[in-house]
Amino acid sequence: MVDEGTRKTLSSIPLLKTKAGPRDKELWPTRLKEEYQALIKYVQNNKEADNDWFRLESDKTGTKWFGKCWYVHNLLKYEFDLEFDIPVTYPTTAPELALPGLDGKTAKMYRGGKICLTDHFKPLWARNVPKFGIAHAMALGLGPWLAVEVPELIERGVVKYQEKSDEAK
Amino acid sequence: MANIEELKKKIVELEAKLKVAQGNVGPVREKIDVMSSEVVDSNPYSRLMALKRMGIVDNYEKIRELSVAVVGVGGVGSVTAEMLTRCGIGKLILFDYDKVELANMNRLFFQPHQAGLSKVDAAAGTLQSINPDVAIDAYNYNITTVDNFQNFCDTISTSSLTGGPVDLVLSCVDNFEARMAINTACNELNQRWFESGVSENAVSGHIQFIVPGETACFACAPPLVVASKIDEKTLKREGVCAASLPTTMGIVAGFLVQNTLKYLLNFGNVSHYLGYSALTDFFPTMALKPNPQCDDSFCRQRQTEFKAKPVVELATEVKEDSTPIHADNEWGISLVDENTPEEETSNLKLVDGVQVAYSIPVDNSTPETSSGGAVAASELSLEELMQQMKSM
Repeated sequence: MVDEGTRKTLSSIPLLKTKAGPRDKELWPTRLKEEYQALIKYVQNNKEADNDWFRLESDKTGTKWFGKCWYVHNLLKYEFDLEFDIPVTYPTTAPELALPGLDGKTAKMYRGGKICLTDHFKPLWARNVPKFGIAHAMALGLGPWLAVEVPELIERGVVKYQEKSDEAK
Repeated sequence: MANIEELKKKIVELEAKLKVAQGNVGPVREKIDVMSSEVVDSNPYSRLMALKRMGIVDNYEKIRELSVAVVGVGGVGSVTAEMLTRCGIGKLILFDYDKVELANMNRLFFQPHQAGLSKVDAAAGTLQSINPDVAIDAYNYNITTVDNFQNFCDTISTSSLTGGPVDLVLSCVDNFEARMAINTACNELNQRWFESGVSENAVSGHIQFIVPGETACFACAPPLVVASKIDEKTLKREGVCAASLPTTMGIVAGFLVQNTLKYLLNFGNVSHYLGYSALTDFFPTMALKPNPQCDDSFCRQRQTEFKAKPVVELATEVKEDSTPIHADNEWGISLVDENTPEEETSNLKLVDGVQVAYSIPVDNSTPETSSGGAVAASELSLEELMQQMKSM
Protein backbone atom coordinates (compact mmCIF):
# COMPACT_ATOMS: atom_id res chain seq x y z
CA MET A 1 0.00 0.00 0.00
CA VAL A 2 2.66 2.53 0.96
CA ASP A 3 5.90 2.27 -0.98
CA GLU A 4 9.16 1.40 0.76
CA GLY A 5 10.62 4.91 0.49
CA THR A 6 7.60 6.55 2.07
CA ARG A 7 7.52 3.89 4.76
CA LYS A 8 11.13 4.58 5.64
CA THR A 9 10.58 8.33 5.69
CA LEU A 10 7.52 7.91 7.88
CA SER A 11 9.32 5.71 10.35
CA SER A 12 11.92 8.36 11.05
CA ILE A 13 9.39 11.05 11.94
CA PRO A 14 8.71 11.16 15.69
CA LEU A 15 5.23 10.15 16.75
CA LEU A 16 2.97 12.51 18.64
CA LYS A 17 1.36 11.74 21.98
CA THR A 18 -1.24 14.29 22.89
CA LYS A 19 -4.69 13.76 21.48
CA ALA A 20 -5.93 17.32 21.34
CA GLY A 21 -7.51 19.55 18.73
CA PRO A 22 -7.69 23.33 18.49
CA ARG A 23 -10.84 23.40 20.61
CA ASP A 24 -9.06 21.77 23.56
CA LYS A 25 -7.89 25.01 25.09
CA GLU A 26 -5.62 23.36 27.64
CA LEU A 27 -3.98 20.57 25.69
CA TRP A 28 -3.73 22.16 22.24
CA PRO A 29 -0.50 24.10 23.03
CA THR A 30 1.11 20.79 24.07
CA ARG A 31 -0.01 19.12 20.85
CA LEU A 32 1.21 22.13 18.88
CA LYS A 33 4.65 21.84 20.46
CA GLU A 34 4.74 18.18 19.46
CA GLU A 35 3.71 19.14 15.92
CA TYR A 36 6.58 21.62 15.68
CA GLN A 37 9.09 19.15 17.13
CA ALA A 38 8.05 16.47 14.64
CA LEU A 39 8.17 18.94 11.76
CA ILE A 40 11.60 20.25 12.76
CA LYS A 41 12.91 16.70 12.96
CA TYR A 42 11.38 15.84 9.59
CA VAL A 43 12.90 18.88 7.89
CA GLN A 44 16.27 18.06 9.48
CA ASN A 45 15.99 14.48 8.19
CA ASN A 46 15.15 15.79 4.74
CA LYS A 47 18.12 18.14 4.76
CA GLU A 48 20.44 15.34 5.80
CA ALA A 49 19.09 13.13 3.03
CA ASP A 50 19.52 16.02 0.57
CA ASN A 51 15.79 15.93 0.02
CA ASP A 52 14.65 19.21 1.56
CA TRP A 53 11.26 19.89 0.02
CA PHE A 54 9.07 22.17 2.13
CA ARG A 55 8.84 24.93 4.70
CA LEU A 56 5.84 25.52 6.93
CA GLU A 57 4.80 27.99 9.57
CA SER A 58 1.60 28.71 11.43
CA ASP A 59 -0.20 31.63 12.95
CA LYS A 60 -0.06 32.02 16.73
CA THR A 61 -3.08 29.79 17.30
CA GLY A 62 -1.52 26.98 15.27
CA THR A 63 -4.73 26.57 13.28
CA LYS A 64 -3.69 28.32 10.07
CA TRP A 65 -0.61 26.98 8.32
CA PHE A 66 1.17 28.28 5.26
CA GLY A 67 4.45 27.79 3.52
CA LYS A 68 6.09 26.54 0.38
CA CYS A 69 6.89 23.18 -1.09
CA TRP A 70 9.00 22.44 -4.11
CA TYR A 71 9.78 19.68 -6.50
CA VAL A 72 12.85 19.23 -8.66
CA HIS A 73 12.22 17.94 -12.16
CA ASN A 74 14.97 17.74 -14.80
CA LEU A 75 17.24 19.81 -12.55
CA LEU A 76 14.73 22.65 -12.36
CA LYS A 77 13.02 23.59 -9.12
CA TYR A 78 9.28 24.15 -9.22
CA GLU A 79 7.86 25.89 -6.16
CA PHE A 80 4.29 26.03 -4.91
CA ASP A 81 2.48 27.88 -2.13
CA LEU A 82 1.01 25.54 0.45
CA GLU A 83 -1.73 26.27 2.97
CA PHE A 84 -4.23 24.50 5.19
CA ASP A 85 -6.39 24.94 8.28
CA ILE A 86 -6.41 22.61 11.23
CA PRO A 87 -10.03 21.38 11.37
CA VAL A 88 -11.95 21.31 14.67
CA THR A 89 -11.97 17.51 14.45
CA TYR A 90 -8.15 17.27 14.29
CA PRO A 91 -6.35 14.93 14.90
CA THR A 92 -9.20 12.47 14.30
CA THR A 93 -9.36 13.85 10.77
CA ALA A 94 -6.21 14.81 8.88
CA PRO A 95 -5.57 18.36 7.68
CA GLU A 96 -6.62 18.98 4.08
CA LEU A 97 -3.44 20.18 2.41
CA ALA A 98 -3.99 22.69 -0.39
CA LEU A 99 -1.88 24.11 -3.21
CA PRO A 100 -4.12 27.02 -4.26
CA GLY A 101 -1.84 27.93 -7.16
CA LEU A 102 -2.69 24.66 -8.88
CA ASP A 103 -6.45 24.91 -8.36
CA GLY A 104 -8.21 24.08 -11.58
CA LYS A 105 -5.06 22.80 -13.25
CA THR A 106 -5.38 19.14 -12.34
CA ALA A 107 -8.26 16.77 -11.80
CA LYS A 108 -6.46 15.32 -8.78
CA MET A 109 -7.74 18.13 -6.64
CA TYR A 110 -10.83 19.18 -4.80
CA ARG A 111 -12.07 22.77 -4.71
CA GLY A 112 -9.67 25.39 -3.47
CA GLY A 113 -6.64 23.34 -4.48
CA LYS A 114 -7.02 20.65 -1.82
CA ILE A 115 -5.02 17.67 -2.98
CA CYS A 116 -6.80 14.41 -3.71
CA LEU A 117 -5.23 11.69 -1.59
CA THR A 118 -5.10 8.00 -2.30
CA ASP A 119 -7.45 5.46 -0.77
CA HIS A 120 -4.62 4.43 1.51
CA PHE A 121 -4.16 7.74 3.25
CA LYS A 122 -7.35 7.93 5.31
CA PRO A 123 -7.31 4.37 6.69
CA LEU A 124 -3.64 4.76 7.58
CA TRP A 125 -4.32 8.09 9.27
CA ALA A 126 -7.34 6.68 11.14
CA ARG A 127 -5.29 3.74 12.42
CA ASN A 128 -2.64 6.09 13.75
CA VAL A 129 -4.70 8.70 15.58
CA PRO A 130 -3.32 10.59 17.51
CA LYS A 131 0.25 9.56 16.70
CA PHE A 132 0.34 11.05 13.23
CA GLY A 133 0.68 14.80 12.87
CA ILE A 134 1.24 17.42 10.21
CA ALA A 135 4.70 16.04 9.36
CA HIS A 136 3.17 12.62 8.65
CA ALA A 137 0.46 14.20 6.49
CA MET A 138 3.20 15.90 4.50
CA ALA A 139 5.25 12.71 4.09
CA LEU A 140 2.34 10.44 3.37
CA GLY A 141 0.07 12.84 1.49
CA LEU A 142 1.75 15.77 -0.19
CA GLY A 143 5.13 14.17 -0.91
CA PRO A 144 3.78 11.29 -3.02
CA TRP A 145 1.21 13.60 -4.62
CA LEU A 146 3.89 16.00 -5.86
CA ALA A 147 6.00 13.12 -7.15
CA VAL A 148 3.13 11.86 -9.30
CA GLU A 149 1.38 15.05 -10.30
CA VAL A 150 4.10 17.64 -10.85
CA PRO A 151 5.95 15.82 -13.68
CA GLU A 152 2.60 15.30 -15.35
CA LEU A 153 1.65 18.98 -14.95
CA ILE A 154 5.00 20.03 -16.42
CA GLU A 155 4.62 17.62 -19.31
CA ARG A 156 1.19 19.01 -20.11
CA GLY A 157 2.67 22.51 -20.04
CA VAL A 158 0.27 23.61 -17.30
CA VAL A 159 3.14 24.32 -14.92
CA LYS A 160 6.07 26.28 -16.30
CA TYR A 161 9.48 26.90 -14.80
CA GLN A 162 9.85 30.38 -13.34
CA GLU A 163 13.07 32.14 -12.51
CA LYS A 164 13.08 33.18 -8.89
CA SER A 165 12.84 36.90 -9.38
CA ASP A 166 11.29 37.70 -6.01
CA GLU A 167 13.92 36.16 -3.81
CA ALA A 168 16.77 37.64 -5.81
CA LYS A 169 16.01 41.06 -4.39
CA MET B 1 -29.65 59.30 -37.75
CA ALA B 2 -32.30 58.02 -35.39
CA ASN B 3 -34.67 60.57 -33.91
CA ILE B 4 -35.71 60.75 -30.28
CA GLU B 5 -38.88 58.71 -30.87
CA GLU B 6 -36.89 55.86 -32.38
CA LEU B 7 -34.40 55.96 -29.56
CA LYS B 8 -37.20 55.84 -26.97
CA LYS B 9 -38.67 52.83 -28.72
CA LYS B 10 -35.26 51.19 -28.71
CA ILE B 11 -34.95 51.82 -24.94
CA VAL B 12 -38.31 50.15 -24.28
CA GLU B 13 -37.22 47.15 -26.37
CA LEU B 14 -33.91 46.84 -24.58
CA GLU B 15 -35.51 47.18 -21.16
CA ALA B 16 -37.87 44.36 -22.03
CA LYS B 17 -34.94 42.20 -23.13
CA LEU B 18 -33.07 43.03 -19.95
CA LYS B 19 -36.06 41.99 -17.86
CA VAL B 20 -36.20 38.65 -19.62
CA ALA B 21 -32.47 38.20 -19.17
CA GLN B 22 -32.78 38.94 -15.48
CA GLY B 23 -35.60 36.48 -15.24
CA ASN B 24 -37.98 38.74 -13.36
CA VAL B 25 -40.90 38.47 -15.71
CA GLY B 26 -43.80 36.11 -15.57
CA PRO B 27 -46.08 35.33 -12.68
CA VAL B 28 -44.56 35.57 -9.25
CA ARG B 29 -45.76 33.24 -6.51
CA GLU B 30 -47.16 35.36 -3.68
CA LYS B 31 -46.82 34.49 -0.03
CA ILE B 32 -49.58 32.40 1.53
CA ASP B 33 -50.43 32.75 5.22
CA VAL B 34 -52.21 29.49 5.94
CA MET B 35 -51.89 26.19 4.07
CA SER B 36 -55.20 25.45 2.42
CA SER B 37 -56.42 22.03 1.35
CA GLU B 38 -58.70 23.56 -1.27
CA VAL B 39 -58.13 21.78 -4.59
CA VAL B 40 -57.72 24.63 -7.06
CA ASP B 41 -55.08 25.26 -9.72
CA SER B 42 -53.74 28.24 -7.82
CA ASN B 43 -53.08 26.44 -4.52
CA PRO B 44 -49.47 25.18 -4.34
CA TYR B 45 -50.25 23.12 -1.24
CA SER B 46 -53.39 21.28 -2.38
CA ARG B 47 -51.64 18.00 -3.24
CA LEU B 48 -49.62 18.06 -0.03
CA MET B 49 -52.65 18.72 2.14
CA ALA B 50 -54.33 15.81 0.33
CA LEU B 51 -51.99 13.57 2.35
CA LYS B 52 -54.16 14.41 5.34
CA ARG B 53 -57.41 13.54 3.59
CA MET B 54 -55.91 10.25 2.52
CA GLY B 55 -54.89 9.48 6.08
CA ILE B 56 -51.13 9.35 5.46
CA VAL B 57 -50.21 12.37 7.56
CA ASP B 58 -52.22 13.67 10.50
CA ASN B 59 -51.25 17.31 10.50
CA TYR B 60 -49.36 18.24 7.38
CA GLU B 61 -49.55 21.99 8.04
CA LYS B 62 -47.27 21.45 11.06
CA ILE B 63 -44.42 21.51 8.54
CA ARG B 64 -44.78 25.32 8.47
CA GLU B 65 -43.51 25.48 12.07
CA LEU B 66 -40.46 23.29 11.47
CA SER B 67 -36.90 24.22 10.64
CA VAL B 68 -34.19 22.14 8.97
CA ALA B 69 -30.49 22.91 8.53
CA VAL B 70 -28.94 21.63 5.30
CA VAL B 71 -25.16 21.44 5.52
CA GLY B 72 -23.60 21.23 2.06
CA VAL B 73 -25.63 22.55 -0.85
CA GLY B 74 -24.14 20.43 -3.63
CA GLY B 75 -25.52 17.54 -5.65
CA VAL B 76 -27.50 16.08 -2.73
CA GLY B 77 -28.03 19.18 -0.56
CA SER B 78 -29.46 21.45 -3.26
CA VAL B 79 -32.04 18.85 -4.29
CA THR B 80 -32.81 18.18 -0.63
CA ALA B 81 -33.38 21.90 -0.04
CA GLU B 82 -35.61 22.16 -3.13
CA MET B 83 -37.75 19.20 -2.03
CA LEU B 84 -38.21 20.67 1.46
CA THR B 85 -38.99 24.07 -0.05
CA ARG B 86 -41.67 22.60 -2.30
CA CYS B 87 -43.06 20.70 0.71
CA GLY B 88 -43.50 24.04 2.48
CA ILE B 89 -40.96 23.63 5.28
CA GLY B 90 -41.08 26.56 7.73
CA LYS B 91 -37.42 27.44 7.64
CA LEU B 92 -34.25 26.30 5.92
CA ILE B 93 -30.76 27.12 7.12
CA LEU B 94 -28.17 26.53 4.40
CA PHE B 95 -24.41 26.08 4.88
CA ASP B 96 -21.77 25.81 2.15
CA TYR B 97 -18.57 27.63 1.24
CA ASP B 98 -18.36 26.63 -2.37
CA LYS B 99 -19.23 28.47 -5.56
CA VAL B 100 -21.40 27.20 -8.41
CA GLU B 101 -19.23 25.94 -11.28
CA LEU B 102 -20.01 24.69 -14.76
CA ALA B 103 -18.52 21.37 -13.60
CA ASN B 104 -21.59 21.04 -11.34
CA MET B 105 -24.01 20.96 -14.28
CA ASN B 106 -24.12 17.16 -14.44
CA ARG B 107 -26.10 17.37 -11.22
CA LEU B 108 -29.57 18.79 -10.58
CA PHE B 109 -30.83 22.19 -9.39
CA PHE B 110 -28.14 24.74 -10.31
CA GLN B 111 -28.15 26.38 -13.74
CA PRO B 112 -25.30 27.64 -15.93
CA HIS B 113 -26.17 31.32 -15.41
CA GLN B 114 -25.49 30.86 -11.68
CA ALA B 115 -21.84 29.94 -12.22
CA GLY B 116 -19.61 32.04 -10.00
CA LEU B 117 -22.28 32.75 -7.37
CA SER B 118 -21.91 31.22 -3.92
CA LYS B 119 -23.97 28.03 -3.72
CA VAL B 120 -25.95 29.21 -0.72
CA ASP B 121 -26.89 32.55 -2.30
CA ALA B 122 -27.74 31.00 -5.66
CA ALA B 123 -29.83 28.34 -3.92
CA ALA B 124 -31.57 30.83 -1.62
CA GLY B 125 -32.60 32.91 -4.64
CA THR B 126 -34.07 29.99 -6.56
CA LEU B 127 -35.76 28.46 -3.51
CA GLN B 128 -37.29 31.77 -2.47
CA SER B 129 -38.87 32.20 -5.89
CA ILE B 130 -40.23 28.64 -5.83
CA ASN B 131 -41.80 29.16 -2.41
CA PRO B 132 -41.66 32.58 -0.72
CA ASP B 133 -43.33 31.16 2.40
CA VAL B 134 -40.10 29.45 3.43
CA ALA B 135 -37.73 31.46 5.61
CA ILE B 136 -34.20 30.91 4.34
CA ASP B 137 -30.92 31.75 6.09
CA ALA B 138 -27.69 31.29 4.16
CA TYR B 139 -24.22 30.84 5.66
CA ASN B 140 -21.30 30.96 3.27
CA TYR B 141 -18.44 29.41 5.25
CA ASN B 142 -16.50 26.24 5.96
CA ILE B 143 -17.86 24.74 9.19
CA THR B 144 -14.68 22.77 9.99
CA THR B 145 -12.49 25.74 10.92
CA VAL B 146 -12.27 26.82 14.55
CA ASP B 147 -13.99 30.21 14.15
CA ASN B 148 -16.80 29.02 11.93
CA PHE B 149 -17.49 25.87 13.92
CA GLN B 150 -18.59 27.87 16.97
CA ASN B 151 -20.85 30.00 14.79
CA PHE B 152 -22.23 26.80 13.22
CA CYS B 153 -23.04 25.36 16.67
CA ASP B 154 -24.66 28.63 17.80
CA THR B 155 -26.66 28.84 14.58
CA ILE B 156 -28.16 25.35 14.69
CA SER B 157 -29.04 25.76 18.35
CA THR B 158 -30.87 29.08 17.85
CA SER B 159 -32.30 29.03 14.33
CA SER B 160 -35.74 27.51 14.72
CA LEU B 161 -38.70 29.78 13.99
CA THR B 162 -39.02 30.32 17.74
CA GLY B 163 -35.31 30.89 18.34
CA GLY B 164 -34.57 27.40 19.67
CA PRO B 165 -32.58 24.54 18.14
CA VAL B 166 -33.49 23.45 14.61
CA ASP B 167 -35.71 20.39 14.34
CA LEU B 168 -33.23 18.45 12.24
CA VAL B 169 -29.79 18.80 10.68
CA LEU B 170 -29.19 17.18 7.31
CA SER B 171 -25.59 16.46 6.35
CA CYS B 172 -25.16 16.65 2.60
CA VAL B 173 -21.43 17.26 2.61
CA ASP B 174 -18.91 15.43 0.47
CA ASN B 175 -16.02 14.81 2.85
CA PHE B 176 -15.10 13.01 6.05
CA GLU B 177 -13.84 16.14 7.83
CA ALA B 178 -17.14 17.99 7.51
CA ARG B 179 -19.13 14.90 8.55
CA MET B 180 -17.01 14.56 11.68
CA ALA B 181 -17.49 18.26 12.41
CA ILE B 182 -21.28 17.89 12.17
CA ASN B 183 -21.08 14.75 14.32
CA THR B 184 -19.07 16.59 16.97
CA ALA B 185 -21.51 19.50 17.01
CA CYS B 186 -24.63 17.32 17.14
CA ASN B 187 -23.27 15.08 19.90
CA GLU B 188 -22.44 18.15 21.98
CA LEU B 189 -25.77 19.85 21.30
CA ASN B 190 -27.78 16.60 21.54
CA GLN B 191 -29.14 17.42 18.10
CA ARG B 192 -30.75 14.76 15.90
CA TRP B 193 -29.40 14.61 12.38
CA PHE B 194 -29.22 12.63 9.18
CA GLU B 195 -25.95 11.76 7.51
CA SER B 196 -26.07 11.19 3.76
CA GLY B 197 -23.50 10.35 1.15
CA VAL B 198 -22.76 9.19 -2.34
CA SER B 199 -19.61 7.17 -3.05
CA GLU B 200 -16.82 8.72 -5.10
CA ASN B 201 -17.52 6.27 -7.90
CA ALA B 202 -21.13 7.52 -8.00
CA VAL B 203 -22.73 4.06 -7.89
CA SER B 204 -23.67 3.73 -4.25
CA GLY B 205 -25.03 5.90 -1.49
CA HIS B 206 -26.61 5.87 1.95
CA ILE B 207 -28.51 7.79 4.58
CA GLN B 208 -28.14 7.32 8.32
CA PHE B 209 -30.34 8.71 11.12
CA ILE B 210 -28.33 9.70 14.16
CA VAL B 211 -30.02 10.27 17.50
CA PRO B 212 -27.16 11.02 19.93
CA GLY B 213 -26.84 8.27 22.54
CA GLU B 214 -29.57 6.17 20.96
CA THR B 215 -28.22 5.20 17.54
CA ALA B 216 -24.60 4.87 16.41
CA CYS B 217 -22.97 8.25 15.83
CA PHE B 218 -20.66 8.91 12.89
CA ALA B 219 -17.59 8.34 15.06
CA CYS B 220 -18.85 5.06 16.59
CA ALA B 221 -17.38 3.05 13.72
CA PRO B 222 -15.22 3.64 10.65
CA PRO B 223 -17.32 4.99 7.76
CA LEU B 224 -19.82 2.44 6.40
CA VAL B 225 -19.83 1.67 2.72
CA VAL B 226 -22.32 -0.21 0.59
CA ALA B 227 -20.54 -3.01 -1.24
CA SER B 228 -20.41 -1.96 -4.87
CA LYS B 229 -19.37 -5.38 -6.18
CA ILE B 230 -16.52 -3.64 -7.91
CA ASP B 231 -13.05 -4.95 -7.18
CA GLU B 232 -11.17 -2.00 -5.69
CA LYS B 233 -8.11 -2.98 -7.71
CA THR B 234 -9.96 -2.57 -10.97
CA LEU B 235 -11.35 0.82 -9.98
CA LYS B 236 -9.44 3.31 -12.08
CA ARG B 237 -8.61 6.49 -10.26
CA GLU B 238 -6.09 7.91 -12.63
CA GLY B 239 -6.72 11.52 -13.48
CA VAL B 240 -9.85 11.87 -11.41
CA CYS B 241 -10.85 12.44 -7.81
CA ALA B 242 -14.54 11.77 -7.89
CA ALA B 243 -17.29 10.87 -10.32
CA SER B 244 -20.91 11.90 -9.89
CA LEU B 245 -24.31 11.14 -11.38
CA PRO B 246 -27.50 13.20 -11.05
CA THR B 247 -29.41 9.93 -10.68
CA THR B 248 -27.59 8.58 -7.63
CA MET B 249 -27.59 11.99 -5.99
CA GLY B 250 -31.28 12.52 -6.72
CA ILE B 251 -32.12 9.09 -5.29
CA VAL B 252 -30.12 9.71 -2.11
CA ALA B 253 -31.70 13.18 -1.72
CA GLY B 254 -35.10 11.54 -2.17
CA PHE B 255 -34.35 8.96 0.53
CA LEU B 256 -33.07 11.68 2.80
CA VAL B 257 -36.08 13.98 2.48
CA GLN B 258 -38.56 11.09 2.59
CA ASN B 259 -37.17 9.99 5.95
CA THR B 260 -36.96 13.61 7.07
CA LEU B 261 -40.67 14.07 6.36
CA LYS B 262 -41.53 10.78 8.09
CA TYR B 263 -39.57 11.87 11.15
CA LEU B 264 -40.83 15.46 11.25
CA LEU B 265 -44.48 14.70 10.52
CA ASN B 266 -44.55 11.41 12.39
CA PHE B 267 -45.70 8.88 9.81
CA GLY B 268 -44.28 5.53 8.66
CA ASN B 269 -40.96 4.14 9.91
CA VAL B 270 -37.77 6.14 9.89
CA SER B 271 -34.78 4.09 8.67
CA HIS B 272 -31.69 4.24 10.85
CA TYR B 273 -29.55 3.21 7.92
CA LEU B 274 -30.58 2.86 4.31
CA GLY B 275 -28.01 1.97 1.66
CA TYR B 276 -28.23 1.98 -2.10
CA SER B 277 -26.18 0.02 -4.59
CA ALA B 278 -26.89 1.32 -8.08
CA LEU B 279 -25.27 -1.57 -9.96
CA THR B 280 -27.42 -4.23 -8.35
CA ASP B 281 -30.45 -2.16 -7.26
CA PHE B 282 -29.86 -3.33 -3.73
CA PHE B 283 -31.18 -1.36 -0.73
CA PRO B 284 -29.88 -2.70 2.60
CA THR B 285 -31.43 -1.30 5.78
CA MET B 286 -30.45 -1.84 9.39
CA ALA B 287 -30.51 -0.41 12.87
CA LEU B 288 -27.22 0.67 14.43
CA LYS B 289 -26.49 0.67 18.13
CA PRO B 290 -23.96 3.15 19.49
CA ASN B 291 -20.47 1.99 20.38
CA PRO B 292 -19.93 2.13 24.19
CA GLN B 293 -16.23 2.77 23.46
CA CYS B 294 -16.93 5.55 20.97
CA ASP B 295 -14.06 7.98 20.58
CA ASP B 296 -16.40 10.95 21.05
CA SER B 297 -16.86 11.66 24.76
CA PHE B 298 -20.17 13.46 24.15
CA CYS B 299 -21.48 10.36 22.35
CA ARG B 300 -20.63 8.27 25.41
CA GLN B 301 -22.30 10.85 27.65
CA ARG B 302 -25.48 10.79 25.53
CA GLN B 303 -25.46 6.98 25.71
CA THR B 304 -25.41 7.14 29.50
CA GLU B 305 -28.27 9.65 29.45
CA PHE B 306 -30.26 7.48 27.07
CA LYS B 307 -29.79 4.38 29.24
CA ALA B 308 -31.12 6.33 32.23
CA LYS B 309 -34.37 7.06 30.40
CA PRO B 310 -37.56 5.09 31.25
CA VAL B 311 -37.63 1.54 29.82
CA VAL B 312 -40.96 2.08 28.04
CA GLU B 313 -39.32 4.30 25.48
CA LEU B 314 -36.52 1.79 25.00
CA ALA B 315 -39.03 -0.98 24.29
CA THR B 316 -40.61 0.88 21.39
CA GLU B 317 -37.17 1.55 20.00
CA VAL B 318 -36.23 -2.12 20.01
CA LYS B 319 -39.41 -2.92 18.10
CA GLU B 320 -38.59 -0.32 15.49
CA ASP B 321 -35.03 -1.57 15.25
CA SER B 322 -35.87 -5.14 14.43
CA THR B 323 -38.25 -4.39 11.56
CA PRO B 324 -35.76 -3.36 8.88
CA ILE B 325 -33.47 -6.34 9.53
CA HIS B 326 -36.23 -8.85 8.85
CA ALA B 327 -37.60 -6.90 5.92
CA ASP B 328 -34.19 -7.10 4.39
CA ASN B 329 -33.85 -10.86 4.71
CA GLU B 330 -37.29 -11.41 3.19
CA TRP B 331 -35.91 -10.32 -0.15
CA GLY B 332 -33.36 -13.09 -0.01
CA ILE B 333 -30.70 -10.84 -1.39
CA SER B 334 -28.10 -11.79 1.15
CA LEU B 335 -25.42 -14.08 -0.20
CA VAL B 336 -24.12 -15.27 3.12
CA ASP B 337 -25.94 -17.76 5.31
CA GLU B 338 -27.86 -16.09 8.10
CA ASN B 339 -26.11 -18.26 10.68
CA THR B 340 -22.66 -17.05 9.77
CA PRO B 341 -20.90 -16.25 13.03
CA GLU B 342 -20.74 -12.57 13.67
CA GLU B 343 -17.46 -10.79 13.31
CA GLU B 344 -15.85 -9.71 16.48
CA THR B 345 -15.84 -6.02 15.59
CA SER B 346 -17.29 -4.59 18.82
CA ASN B 347 -21.08 -4.67 18.87
CA LEU B 348 -21.41 -3.36 15.35
CA LYS B 349 -23.97 -5.56 13.62
CA LEU B 350 -23.90 -4.80 9.95
CA VAL B 351 -26.38 -6.11 7.44
CA ASP B 352 -25.02 -8.02 4.45
CA GLY B 353 -23.89 -5.72 1.71
CA VAL B 354 -22.66 -3.03 4.08
CA GLN B 355 -19.14 -2.99 5.44
CA VAL B 356 -16.75 -0.64 7.21
CA ALA B 357 -14.43 1.30 4.90
CA TYR B 358 -11.44 0.17 6.94
CA SER B 359 -10.68 -1.44 10.28
CA ILE B 360 -9.01 0.17 13.24
CA PRO B 361 -6.91 -2.05 15.51
CA VAL B 362 -8.21 -2.26 19.05
CA ASP B 363 -4.70 -2.30 20.41
CA ASN B 364 -3.02 0.56 18.68
CA SER B 365 0.03 0.71 20.86
CA THR B 366 2.18 -0.43 17.96
CA PRO B 367 1.49 1.72 14.94
CA GLU B 368 1.72 0.15 11.55
CA THR B 369 4.36 2.26 9.95
CA SER B 370 6.18 4.41 12.40
CA SER B 371 9.00 3.43 14.66
CA GLY B 372 10.74 6.75 15.00
CA GLY B 373 9.88 7.02 18.66
CA ALA B 374 7.63 9.53 20.26
CA VAL B 375 8.42 13.18 20.60
CA ALA B 376 10.19 13.92 23.81
CA ALA B 377 8.80 16.85 25.73
CA SER B 378 10.84 19.80 24.59
CA GLU B 379 12.51 22.22 26.93
CA LEU B 380 11.83 24.92 24.38
CA SER B 381 8.69 27.03 24.45
CA LEU B 382 6.19 26.99 21.62
CA GLU B 383 7.44 30.41 20.47
CA GLU B 384 11.01 29.15 20.38
CA LEU B 385 9.98 26.10 18.38
CA MET B 386 8.03 28.29 15.95
CA GLN B 387 11.10 30.48 15.55
CA GLN B 388 13.36 27.47 15.04
CA MET B 389 11.07 26.10 12.32
CA LYS B 390 10.88 29.51 10.68
CA SER B 391 14.64 29.93 10.53
CA MET B 392 15.36 26.52 9.02
